[in-house]
Amino acid sequence: MYAYDELDRTLLHERVSEFRDQVKRRLSGELTEDEFKMLRLQNGVYLQLHAYMFRVAIPYGTLSSQQLRALAKVARRYDRGYGHFTTRQNIQYNWIKLSELPDALADLAEVGIHAMQTSGNNTRNVTSDQWAGVAPGEVDDPRIWSELLRQYTTLHPEFSFLPRKFKIAITASAHDRAAIKIHDIGLRLHKNEAGELGFEVLVGGGLGRTPFIAKTIKQFVHRRDILSYVEAIMRVYNQYGRRDNIYKARIKILVHELGIDKFAGEVEEEWRHIRDSALAVEDAAIDEIRARFTYPTYEKQPHMPDELKQAAHDPLFERWRRNSVFTHKVQGYSIVTISLKPVGAPPGDATADQMDVLADIAERYSFGEIRVGHEQNLALPHVAKRDLPALWKALDRIGLATPNVNLVSDIIACPGLDYCALANARSIPIAQELTRRFANHDTADLIGRLHINISGCINACGHHHVGHIGILGVEKNGEEFYQITIGGRADEQAEMGTLIGPAVPYAEVADVVEDIVEAYLALRDSGEELFVDTVKRLGVEPFRERVYATR
Amino acid sequence: MPLVKGGHIANDIFFHVADGAELPDDGAVLVSAARFLESSETLLRREGKIGVIWPNNRGLDDLVPHLDRLALVALVFPSFRDGRAYTQARLLRERHGFVGELRATGQVLRDQFVFMLRAGFDAFDVRKQSDAEAFGEAARRYSVFYQPTGDGHLSALHRRNESHASESAKP
Repeated sequence: MYAYDELDRTLLHERVSEFRDQVKRRLSGELTEDEFKMLRLQNGVYLQLHAYMFRVAIPYGTLSSQQLRALAKVARRYDRGYGHFTTRQNIQYNWIKLSELPDALADLAEVGIHAMQTSGNNTRNVTSDQWAGVAPGEVDDPRIWSELLRQYTTLHPEFSFLPRKFKIAITASAHDRAAIKIHDIGLRLHKNEAGELGFEVLVGGGLGRTPFIAKTIKQFVHRRDILSYVEAIMRVYNQYGRRDNIYKARIKILVHELGIDKFAGEVEEEWRHIRDSALAVEDAAIDEIRARFTYPTYEKQPHMPDELKQAAHDPLFERWRRNSVFTHKVQGYSIVTISLKPVGAPPGDATADQMDVLADIAERYSFGEIRVGHEQNLALPHVAKRDLPALWKALDRIGLATPNVNLVSDIIACPGLDYCALANARSIPIAQELTRRFANHDTADLIGRLHINISGCINACGHHHVGHIGILGVEKNGEEFYQITIGGRADEQAEMGTLIGPAVPYAEVADVVEDIVEAYLALRDSGEELFVDTVKRLGVEPFRERVYATR
Repeated sequence: MPLVKGGHIANDIFFHVADGAELPDDGAVLVSAARFLESSETLLRREGKIGVIWPNNRGLDDLVPHLDRLALVALVFPSFRDGRAYTQARLLRERHGFVGELRATGQVLRDQFVFMLRAGFDAFDVRKQSDAEAFGEAARRYSVFYQPTGDGHLSALHRRNESHASESAKP
C-alpha cells in the first residue's frame, strides 16, 4: 500500500475544492455545459443515457480495506448501492447526482482516493499488474514506478489538453497481466546486461476502431531517465498528434503515420534536450516513494498446512482452490482471485454490502489489502494457505466464491447500451446469457482457459479485439448485430482476433459462442491445448466451417 | 476582453495591427506571424516594442532567432481543448530563454490559469470579466505541484528530497 504524505493530501484537497467551485459555477449558469464538460471529464464525470456516471481511479489496482469501505459508502450514500469495476482499474457509479459529486469526492479524498483524469483528453489512471509485489519472479514492484508516473501525470501543466486520451500501463513480470501492448505507452521493467534496472518502452498500442499492438520504441531506458523519456514522447504527441478528427487523434495513429523509426527519432531529439533536467529521477526520490509503501510482515508458514490437507476432501473447496488460488512469492502464502462474474449477473459489479464484508475479510486474511485487475475481478494478495478454507467459506457467504476465474464465464464486458450513450448494442445481457449457458463448472473446467470479451460499440471498452473470443455489438438497420472474432489475446503475445464470419443478431450470439466452443473441443489436439493455441495452430477456417456450416 | 498581467487586470499597451493595415509611427504593436516574418527588418528598426502572435500549429524555428528583440509573444488557444500552446510556451521559456511577455490568447478561461502559469505565461487575454477578476484566487488555488517546470516551483519529489536531507542534517 502507498500511504499519501502531506503533499499528496494537500494537492488532493486543493483539487476537490477546485472541482466544488467548478460545479457551483455550472449550477449557477456561470459556466456553459460546453465549458463545464471538459472540466467534469477531467474529474471522471460523464453524462450517460440516464444520469451522470462517475469514474473513480484505483491507481495500479491497489486498495486498502479502509479505501474499499469508502467506495462502498459512496455506492450506498450517493448511488444505488453498487459499483462497477472496469477494465482499467477504476470503479464506476452510474447514478450520481451532480450536486452531490463534490461531497462524494471529499469523502473519497479522506482516504486518499481521487477521480482526477479518469476521463478526458489527458493521461488516465496509470495501471499495473494486480499481482504486483507478490507475483514470483518480478524484477521490482511495478507499483513504485506506477506511483511515480501517477504523480508525474497528475495535473500535468503541459499535457492536460492532449489530442486525445492517453493511457499508461506498467508490468514487471515476464507474463504480462497489465495488457501493456494495448496501451498508448506500455512499460516493462527489466534489467539490462549490466544488471541495471530500467524499462522497455512500447508506444502506440490501443483498440477502438483502429486497433494496434504497441511497438517497442526503446529497448532500455534507464530508470533515472524514465520521466524525461515519457515527457519527450508526450511532447511530440502534444505537438503533432492529429486534432482534426477524434478518430485519428490517438498516439497510435501518429506512430502509424510517421512510422515507428521516424517517431522514435523525433522523441530521441526531444529527449536529448531534457534528459539531464529536473526530470531526472534520483534513486533517493524513488526510495522516498518506496518507503511509503507498506509490506506485510509474513510469518514462517508451512507449504502444506494441516487446514489445507483436511479441506482437500471437500470437492467444492478443491474446485475453488484449483481455480482461484495462485502462487505467491512467499512460501505458505497465496494470491486469491475473487470472481466478480457470478452466473447471471453483470460482469464486474459489486454491491456496497459485498464491498464492506470484503474489506473485513481482507483485514482478517490479507493484511487489509485488496487488488483490482483489468479482467474486472478482485484479488486478495497475501492469504496464508492455512486460512484458505475459512476464507472460501467467508467469500461464499457473500456470493464471491464463483470458481470461474479465467474460464469461459469469466467475461469482460463494457456497460453497453444499458447505460452508455455511445453504445450501439447491449453487452451485459449477452454476458449474462453466456454465464448461464456455461454455468456448469465441470464443462467450464473441461474447456479450460478461455477469455470472452464483449464491447457494445467500436470504442472497444470491453477489449473485444483481444478476447480469445471477441464480441462486438454493431447496429444494422436499427437492430443489434454482433461481429465475432477468435484468437485475440492481451498478454505478452498480444494479438488481434480474426473475424470468424458474418455478424449475427442478438438472439443468436450465445448459440454461436457455444458452437465455437464445441468446435474447439473437437479440434484441440489434447486437453492441454488452450482455445487460443488451437486457433493459432489451425487458423480461423476450421472454426468457420463448423460454426457457419448450418447458418 | 480584459488583459491580466502581473496578476492584475491591466491596460494593453500593444496596438494590434491587422495584416495589411498601416503601422502607427510609434508605440507598441502586435502583429501576426506572417506579417512579422514578411517584414521583420522594417518592424524591428522602428521605435516601439514589437509583439508577435504565433500560431499553435507552427514550429518555433522561425521565431527563435528574433526572440531577444521581441517584447511580447502571444500564443493561441483556438479552443481551450487545444493544448499545443502549452508546449510552445515551455519551449520558449525553458529552452530558448525568452524573457519577454508571454501572453495566452483565444479561449482563455479561469480553469486554465494554473496550467498556463506553470507553462510560463505571464499575461492572459481572458474571455470573461468574472474570470479575470478571479485570477488571483485561481492562481493561488494550488500549493503542491507534481512536475518540475520552469516556473520555479519545486516538484513534490524534490520537496520530499529536500526535507529529507534537512532532517538528516539535524544533529
